[in-house]
Amino acid sequence: MSESRNVICPTPASETEVVQMAHGGGGRLMNALIETVIRPAFANPLLDQRHDGAVFEAGGARLAFTTDSYVVKPLFFPGGDIGSLAVNGTVNDLAMCGAEPLYLSAAFIIEEGFPIVDLRRVVASMEDAARRASVSFVTGDTKVVDRGKGDALFINTAGVGTVRAKSLVGPAAVKPGDVLILSGDLGRHGIAIMAAREGLAFETAIASDCAPLWSPVRRLIEAGIEVHCLRDLTRGGLASALIEIAEAAACAIKLDETTIPVQPEVRAACELLGLDPLYVANEGRFVAFVAEADVVRALDLLAGDDVSAGAAVIGRVTAEERGAVAIRGAYGAIRRLTMLSGEQLPRIC
Amino acid sequence: MKHVDEYRDAEAVARLAGAIAAATTRPWTIMEICGGQTHAIMRFGLDQLLPREITLVHGPGCPVCVTPEAYIDKALEIAAMPSVIFCSFGDMLRVPGARGDLLGVKARGGDIRIVYSPLDAVEIARANPGREVVFFAVGFETTAPANAMAAHKARSEGVKNFSLLVSQVLVPPAMEALLSAPDTRVQGFLAAGHVCTIMGTEAYGPIAARYRVPVVITGFEPVDILAGILACVQALEEDRHEAINMYARMVRPEGNLPARTLIDEVFEIADREWRGLGVLPSSGLALRPAYSALDAERRFGAAENAATAPSICISGDILRGVCSPLQCPAFGGACTPEHPLGVTMVSSEGACAAYYRYRGATRLAGD
Repeated sequence: MSESRNVICPTPASETEVVQMAHGGGGRLMNALIETVIRPAFANPLLDQRHDGAVFEAGGARLAFTTDSYVVKPLFFPGGDIGSLAVNGTVNDLAMCGAEPLYLSAAFIIEEGFPIVDLRRVVASMEDAARRASVSFVTGDTKVVDRGKGDALFINTAGVGTVRAKSLVGPAAVKPGDVLILSGDLGRHGIAIMAAREGLAFETAIASDCAPLWSPVRRLIEAGIEVHCLRDLTRGGLASALIEIAEAAACAIKLDETTIPVQPEVRAACELLGLDPLYVANEGRFVAFVAEADVVRALDLLAGDDVSAGAAVIGRVTAEERGAVAIRGAYGAIRRLTMLSGEQLPRIC
Repeated sequence: MKHVDEYRDAEAVARLAGAIAAATTRPWTIMEICGGQTHAIMRFGLDQLLPREITLVHGPGCPVCVTPEAYIDKALEIAAMPSVIFCSFGDMLRVPGARGDLLGVKARGGDIRIVYSPLDAVEIARANPGREVVFFAVGFETTAPANAMAAHKARSEGVKNFSLLVSQVLVPPAMEALLSAPDTRVQGFLAAGHVCTIMGTEAYGPIAARYRVPVVITGFEPVDILAGILACVQALEEDRHEAINMYARMVRPEGNLPARTLIDEVFEIADREWRGLGVLPSSGLALRPAYSALDAERRFGAAENAATAPSICISGDILRGVCSPLQCPAFGGACTPEHPLGVTMVSSEGACAAYYRYRGATRLAGD
């Protein structure tokens, strides 16, 4: 190799001393922020479960508790709005603990100048979603910030529920041989938001899949299906969720790409925008890790519920290569799924 | 999905993979120029379908990767000015210069906006007459028409607060530079189909003849890429050195004439620096004198090279196809997408990033 041509182009390490948008994107940077800044400050055994919510005993009852903040833009989008999202997101985090959602709180941070007519619309949507999910808002808070100091409307909700699952539901219960069932097609929420935000019009309007997930989860639990782990596929999509679970459970996951349902219009939009549907956010989809003996029954039960009518087996857990998620494509080639650094879409939920 | 599914058909892919295996009798090293093709090869695992004798090496066709550090630094400097709205394609925001990246400038308060078209930046300029709006005009022949259109529109409509920071490069001179290097491994090329859609095919016949390599104009879907590899292997086996158009559904010999006319009106051929490759003569575009008032380097000062620190990173060799990402001692360890040591790990189209994303930090069995 000639000296003169051996040009290198080193780049300095990326700067991380201030928070960037990618820190909120559900990828590696967000995990790093949580693991290095937030979790160490609060460390305790419940927090260290690293699940969507905390599960604990209180007064003889087994409860699940969770919270989430909603900063979606635009506030209203096909298939939902920030209000329905704020209910279903928290309801679903409880459902993923195997818990029946009961009570929610709502806190509103409102920017000066925000139209009250829009606030009424959001609140009505929250009430509607709460009724559909059989939960009640029992406490709340409002704050108003100066014009320019917020972004129209932020909502935080927290929720408590009663754990109905008989045994532990979470990454720690995942076993080699478990079968992964996906509750329906991927990517509709993320693409609906992206299209609304960027003013993209597709041949068919793509609506968010935003929906409460306790009903299908209850079917599984009440039928005695051996459910080892549940995870809703929000920020970072299916891929990020499975990588987190594989790492937390110290197992490997093998997926078959040809069995993962994605609507043609979502696939087309992803092609156009350069996105991978496996990483696009969903608000009404979950993956269930189920014992192999129960798979047929579980699929039947899920098929009977509107929000999981498209459920399909997409892969299984193996003992080899801990923490790895590999996917076999249509041509038989295998690729590794890796955690994206930041987000595919900014501020999706 | 109309027009895509037929080029991803599993049977067609299997048939082409079989035909490539049957046609191959000797080892061949083929470079795909375009980062989009590299990405598709990794995403669909097409390299896993090829016989052992075929080695694919990944070319410099990633606009984010080859934009010189001096221009990134100039972009950071301009974007940090309170009077400026800096517009860019999203991919450029993560690329580090000597003093951080555009995302960092944004987090510190710089007004940086991601646009999908340079024409959007012209509209932003029109809507903000009190601010300077600068568009980061980077890329290959594929981005040149829209960038030229933005310059043309701003000039003809008198949008005075709009300018372009131009680092626009051309594929054929880079191919010649790669083939002229004494350590080149490349025996055949897959040329980037979308570049040819704009520029046509005429540049490639002379390169094929002069350097005695087949150049196959190739698309981006799995069937397209395998058909391109098959045509390249057949030409290599038969010792044919010619340009072959395997993307004829998109590429006409003369290219897109209105787009070429527009590029020619706004831009002229100029020497350009390529990150990793150095300065290549006549390898890029600069604004013609009639458009020089729109040159951000005239408004904000010229992009100047800072001295680059020595590094373990071999991205220069990776961009030239001399080394594979897996040969870099830093790959997946010291160098990851969060802490990239070189641009090929930064850009989503960079070869290192594609390997990392689809293979992980470690090798899969069989690599």
